[in-house]
Amino acid sequence: MRYEIPTDLETALQLYAVKGSRIIAGGTDVYPSSQQGHSPRNLIDLTSIPELSGITLTDDIYRIGAATTWTDIIKADLPPSFDALKQAAREVGSIQIQNAGTIGGNICNASPAADGVPPLLALDAQVELVSASNGTRVMALSDFILHVRKTSLSGDEILSAVLIPNPSKGEKSAFEKLGSRRYLVISITMTAANITCDDNGIITGAKIAVGACSPVAQRLPALEADMIGKTPDEVAVTPQYLSPLKPIDDVRGTGDYRLNVVAEQCKRAVMRAVRS
Amino acid sequence: MTDFTLNGDHISSDPIPGERLSEMLRERVGARDVKIGCNAGDCGACSVVVDGNVVCACLTPAHQIRGKKIETVSGLYEGDPIAEKLADNFLNHGAAQCGICTPGMIVSAVALLRANSNPSEEEVKDALGGVLCRCTGYRKIIDAVLDVAPMLSEDLGHIGSSIRRLDGVEKVAGRDLYGDDIAPPGTLEIFVIRSPFPRAGFELGDLVGFVERHPEVSAIITADDIEGENAFGVIPQFQDQPVFAVHEARFRGEAVAAIIGTPDYIREFDPEDFPIIWREEDAAQDIDKAQSNLAAKLHEKHAHNLMCEGFVQRGDAAFGIAQADFVVEGHFNSGFVEHAYIEPEAGFAEVIDGKVTVHACTQAPVMDQEALEIILGKSKDQIRIIPSSVGGGFGSKLDISVQPILALAAIKTGKPVRLTYTRTESMQSTTKRHPSDIALKIGANSEGKIVGFDFFGRFDTGAYASWGPTVANRVPVHASGPYLIENYRAKSQGIYTNNPPSGAFRGFGVPQSAIAQESLFDELALKAGFDALEFRIINALEADQPTVCGQVFSQGVGIKKCLEALNPHWDQERKKCDQFNAENKVLKRGVGVASGWYGCGNTSLPNPSTIKSGIKADGTILLHQGAMDIGQGANTVISQIFATALGVSISDIELVGPDTDVTPDAGKTSASRQTFVSGNAARLSGEALRANILHRFNVSEDSEIVFEGSMLSVRENGKEHSLDLISLTADDEGYVFRAEETYDPPTVPLDENGQGSPYAQFGYAAQMAIMEVDTELGTVKPIKFIAAHDVGKAINPVLVEGQVHGGIAQGLGMALMEEYIPGRTENLHDYLIPTIGDMPPVETLIIEDPDAHGPYGAKGLGEHVLVPTAPAILNAIYAATGARITQIPATPSRVKMAIKALNNER
Repeated sequence: MRYEIPTDLETALQLYAVKGSRIIAGGTDVYPSSQQGHSPRNLIDLTSIPELSGITLTDDIYRIGAATTWTDIIKADLPPSFDALKQAAREVGSIQIQNAGTIGGNICNASPAADGVPPLLALDAQVELVSASNGTRVMALSDFILHVRKTSLSGDEILSAVLIPNPSKGEKSAFEKLGSRRYLVISITMTAANITCDDNGIITGAKIAVGACSPVAQRLPALEADMIGKTPDEVAVTPQYLSPLKPIDDVRGTGDYRLNVVAEQCKRAVMRAVRS
Repeated sequence: MTDFTLNGDHISSDPIPGERLSEMLRERVGARDVKIGCNAGDCGACSVVVDGNVVCACLTPAHQIRGKKIETVSGLYEGDPIAEKLADNFLNHGAAQCGICTPGMIVSAVALLRANSNPSEEEVKDALGGVLCRCTGYRKIIDAVLDVAPMLSEDLGHIGSSIRRLDGVEKVAGRDLYGDDIAPPGTLEIFVIRSPFPRAGFELGDLVGFVERHPEVSAIITADDIEGENAFGVIPQFQDQPVFAVHEARFRGEAVAAIIGTPDYIREFDPEDFPIIWREEDAAQDIDKAQSNLAAKLHEKHAHNLMCEGFVQRGDAAFGIAQADFVVEGHFNSGFVEHAYIEPEAGFAEVIDGKVTVHACTQAPVMDQEALEIILGKSKDQIRIIPSSVGGGFGSKLDISVQPILALAAIKTGKPVRLTYTRTESMQSTTKRHPSDIALKIGANSEGKIVGFDFFGRFDTGAYASWGPTVANRVPVHASGPYLIENYRAKSQGIYTNNPPSGAFRGFGVPQSAIAQESLFDELALKAGFDALEFRIINALEADQPTVCGQVFSQGVGIKKCLEALNPHWDQERKKCDQFNAENKVLKRGVGVASGWYGCGNTSLPNPSTIKSGIKADGTILLHQGAMDIGQGANTVISQIFATALGVSISDIELVGPDTDVTPDAGKTSASRQTFVSGNAARLSGEALRANILHRFNVSEDSEIVFEGSMLSVRENGKEHSLDLISLTADDEGYVFRAEETYDPPTVPLDENGQGSPYAQFGYAAQMAIMEVDTELGTVKPIKFIAAHDVGKAINPVLVEGQVHGGIAQGLGMALMEEYIPGRTENLHDYLIPTIGDMPPVETLIIEDPDAHGPYGAKGLGEHVLVPTAPAILNAIYAATGARITQIPATPSRVKMAIKALNNER
């Protein structure tokens, strides 16, 4: 039984290579999911490792350390493409959760309703994975999250950073979240839109991602493709565009309802993005 | 070691790996001002500031704070000027009711105000959005943080005066002690073994061997340890619930055994290790199945699982409806609603000189004592109940929960023990609001008068009776609403199911029946061509008219005044909505109105309160105030009434709290009875004490009484007579003057048709809700409430507003988002209650139509508030969209689908 607070990544990886260890950062998922008699044990705390926290721009790649908190992201100076991510950050739980919860934790927790994931998908985010045994690998976020609560992390791998290619100039973005109340609410549906328009207001680039409507948040490629060349007003989100989504019935709403509202939510996200 | 500073003090502590900061602060460092409500980051009660950032201590690993600076409410209160000012504002606005969320609120607000000394309302909401409050409805908290000028009055503190709560400072300073705050660290803890299935047989294994193999386990208790009867229940004829189930568990979460062990053992204990074999059986989890032949009987004597029925009949409902010019009918459903107080059930017990002493959060200390008498097989004088402060109750803490387990464990081990329910345990095992299934038919004539009313309601009472019979009785008495209805029939049934017991929850079934009645009133008004408010005014009950029970009040029937008070707002708000709707395509606003009434105190049953008071030789005036203050303000209101009757300033009075050894029974805090019943006992006690004193001096009734130390003086016509109290002989409790008075409201039993005088008084309410519906998403955003409440006499107007705001917030939750589903919404992130962002401004219109029996005319209020809220909201949704929601909660999913169905019809 131990609680380690390594101050460099190498040490963290060595510690994590020992079987039975668990990663903790903000604690906002570790504690709520802990079960009586199965308290979190042998924890490796990633919050004191400088290279895992903060946001940098190098060689046209934004690197967000996995232990960067939502509050850090809200306060960071980032281009408008990141507005959706910032808006999502403000919707994560509450100030208390935003001050502790991290972007890496949100991704690795692999909840279908993770607020951070749709904006990151719309940013074409990649994740950087490191381990003592296999070194570093990078993969698309869309490939990383496999299913509900399931990721591509292998035994001793740690998600070290989120990598985001510097978006095109003029790209704007927005995030829409639908919940049954204000604050502290798990999304019924959510949508992130990153949109680029030319000087005439014609869409030249569109990236739309929807969360809480499938086991893993999804981009809507057919919709994105058909939006090109249209003005935002002309965008019609018809059911065939939503075919990648497989919403379920749960206490927050029926699958049918989710499909009904997500079309409207996509339109709102697009309009909010271009008007920002 | 983990070194850090706590409120400026350097601390070294040695948490176990993975320990939560909240746990370490409370149990290793003694910082009990950090409250735990959910252990999941859902309630924010445990909020602390770490290096300037507010976080949930329950989600923060204790090791992570090494070298950091921690601030909690008690430290902020002592040393931070922003916090001191804020605490003052909280007191002035009544922003702390039960006070369990107050530490989290103040800590979060201080973090905001340090960064932004002049925040907007939206910024306040963003900052406090992570802290749940179940009492206040948040608006007073917003006012306190925004530094709005209070309507405070500091004078003698007599009736009508908005003084601060007398117990408020302890709450804002983080010093108040709740159920989990009593036990010393290291006390033996209890883990309750509960059924994982809604219905299951079970066999316990080798418990003796288990205890022998585990030295950290002191004992295991089961039904076998019960010396008295393994049965409890709040109604004597319906004591059908075991402390520990025997052979079969009837609902998910039912207790079957409990392990008592060291804190370290209990923390690590895996329930899978407990020697028990479960056998899941087919369960009836809804009333239709429970009543069908498919379902097993939950209780032997109750065929078709029918617990009991209630019935009120006056005139001929069928005849009335047949004669009606306009008839409407409808079918309405609601689910379980969880009380969701932020303080889970908790307590501490020990045996002192053979006497079992239980400290726990409760609404009814003497009922707890009586229940333990039966369960423990001990006499009353061997059982002492000392209630802790209560972090919200709303009805559920009327029933015993931790108390018998604590008592049995203390007796079996001979050692002090503690037990705090987890949030999930609290939600699984304690009572809920009854789910309802209501069919109603109403007829009106062309003049808009109700001529017939036929109601049939079925209520899911869960596995045990609890307050189910009360719900079954109250609903038919109240289902008419506060209207004159001569042809009336109302029948109710309570039905056993394999669900958690339904019990008392603010309104005892009346909020459910009001949804049906007030929704159909709107439809009927429309059909008959009347304005919805006018229709209610036409039918409003007046003095000298019979209620549906045939009871006639000669005064104090204030519903018409409440409705009329809404009149100007009704026109104005509807105009504003029309304008808004003309300008908006997707967002639509509507105004809804609904009424409510509620009889205060027990239904046609004895319901006494006793209040003792006395004066000591040093001149101290003591008030034995036994009415449990669960946040609503009984400590303050009862004292204001007593001070008024005695004729002294409230600042002269010292309170002695509820404690079955020293304070007489002031009855339970339920049925909106404390201001009325205990208030009357306090008035009588104050008057008797005053009469004693005046008699001693042989002076007239209007003489003035003045205390200065041990010198007691009376002034009559400019003459002063004095007496040194030290010269008097004190009784065995040290009193030189004393009074003990009892009040029991006059009622008349109901006959087989429910005719009689069930309550000595009713309180009345009418509310308007302005709602905005996003017709594309189905979301409903409350814009404003206007609430007119006839309280007879507002003893403390700020506390009245506090009750109104809090009741509306609960009604809002019930209407829009709350539904407890066993096995599915057993936490506060799947079960949603309103946050600070959901609660719009409330305009409270206090109506004072004095009641003949109330102390200084005062009426009860607590439950009345919640009754009209949900139907007013549903009526507003209808006004906005044309969609009639008949099943609550009106979640976005349901609202959207109702709007869609409407569009398909067109």
